[in-house]
Amino acid sequence: MEHKRVTLFAGHYGSGKTNIAVNYALYLRSLGKEVAVADLDIVNPYFRTKDSEDDLAAAGIRLISPQFANSNVDLPALPAEAYGLVENRGAYAIMDIGGDDRGAYALGRYVPYLKEENDYQMAFVANPYRPLTATPQEALEVMREIEEAGHLPFTAIVNNANLGPETTAKTVLDALPYLAELSAISGLPVWMTTAEETVAAELQGKVENLLPMRLQKKYFDLPEQRRAPPPRPLFG
Amino acid sequence: MAERVLMKGNEAIAEAAIRAGCRHYFGYPITPQTEIAAYMAKKMPKIGGVFLQAESEVASINMVYGAAAAGARVMTSSSSPGISLMGEGLSYIAGSDVPAFVVNVQRGGPGLGGIQPSQSDYFQATRGGGHGDYHMIVLAPASVQEMASLTVKGFNLADKYSMISMILADGTIGQMMEPISFEDVEVEHYDKPWALTGTECKRKHNIVNSLYLQPEILERKNVERYEKYKVVEENEVLYETYMMDDADYCVVAFGIAARVAKNAVVAARAEGIKAGLIRPITLWPFPKKVLRDAADQVKSFISVELNMGQMIDDIRLATECRRPVTLCNRVGGMIPSPAQVLQSIREAAKGGN
Repeated sequence: MEHKRVTLFAGHYGSGKTNIAVNYALYLRSLGKEVAVADLDIVNPYFRTKDSEDDLAAAGIRLISPQFANSNVDLPALPAEAYGLVENRGAYAIMDIGGDDRGAYALGRYVPYLKEENDYQMAFVANPYRPLTATPQEALEVMREIEEAGHLPFTAIVNNANLGPETTAKTVLDALPYLAELSAISGLPVWMTTAEETVAAELQGKVENLLPMRLQKKYFDLPEQRRAPPPRPLFG
Repeated sequence: MAERVLMKGNEAIAEAAIRAGCRHYFGYPITPQTEIAAYMAKKMPKIGGVFLQAESEVASINMVYGAAAAGARVMTSSSSPGISLMGEGLSYIAGSDVPAFVVNVQRGGPGLGGIQPSQSDYFQATRGGGHGDYHMIVLAPASVQEMASLTVKGFNLADKYSMISMILADGTIGQMMEPISFEDVEVEHYDKPWALTGTECKRKHNIVNSLYLQPEILERKNVERYEKYKVVEENEVLYETYMMDDADYCVVAFGIAARVAKNAVVAARAEGIKAGLIRPITLWPFPKKVLRDAADQVKSFISVELNMGQMIDDIRLATECRRPVTLCNRVGGMIPSPAQVLQSIREAAKGGN
């Protein structure tokens, strides 16, 4: 798998950008690289990179978050230090962009630097199980809207086909024709496939360039939704 | 579209509304429910429906009133401060006995409060919300699947009883993503002979109005409305019970709090404490009977809420104060952890009977 100096994850909202950004950062770090992650999500104040702050810090990864992330302030503010990530070419940088074209507006200001350095991957995160991108054509439409708003063309696709806790190897494999078509109509390669680690284990040898992901446990997960053997009995 | 889809709670409401036949959405954006409006903005024009971003919540609810009076399946959605702005319109709709579907994805209050999840609009929703004597049917989903199924149910009930039905959700359920399907969508159709559809000079004109010049008539209208509410209370109560068969301690929680509580009940059972859960799905009508019956079985109740203690009053009323009811809560956008709920169950168990 090829790793550019700057990797940007963008796509339809709820496609899995934040989970992928965090896990890709941890992966690069495991290869011994110096890595920093920037949370540039100006759209969604819930469930963001900052939720993984402790995991990233423990791995020695710098996280740059907007000042108001996870607070009650609903301001689309960008962190000033994000410029440093783009300008300072010493470390690998991962940028988590907010959903859809509205999220991509945050991108424009960094584009001149990214283009000048010309060592970036602009990755479109695709999940065919999201209803508003249920067809490759709808995904391509979202792709074009993001490119127009962010002034940066995509260079690759990330296959993040998943149904949350119900995801199986079949879920991912069933999505391969969709990804092939999206790749064909967009002219972009499928750069990697991401899957929760137990699902990824089943996909070894069946899918190329696999990134196993460790997903955060949430306080609202139900007993029956947890991956570990569930406590018994489940329902009375 | 695949059989199973991965959706946010807010999106599930929007898609379910469309499948329930809603073609009129009026609203004004507010976190944490803006995805409902965004979804409608994207979909409605493609299916011949109306999406209109009004200039305010006051305008939105009056557009809902107008479309409802014309017999349309219509909805709006907002979050706590926006629902307060709609109070007058909700009361007018209730006073005119027309059906409407309203979504409140609650955030912390009072005032501008915050954008994180809350259940502090329980009083407002279950007591009507605006001025005057009236009720809304209040539905409290605890999963993304229920966001969809209770939306369909909400439209059906609104038309069936010609009244407002409201989804009372919270920021977390609005924002969280889960796999769901829409196979259980069953759209019911009810005639609306009172609707303002144009007489074509073939019938007497209809009037939709909440103003009555004669107090005797206004009194009669109020009494008749409460006769209807009695029927709703008899027929439309929804709740879930979990491990209640042999429970000594009953946790009562709705929405996101019920998910946390369910984990705590499992943990308490693992410690040998016989805990169970009653989850009201309709907050109005409140599941009084199952709670009254539970009061003959359990030693105490624990109300888990994301507010300073609101549903706890309804538990005390329903159980006629036969057993102690304690409160386990967080507020201001915070959520109790399963460990906090477990601790409350332990304390209840220590207190014995």
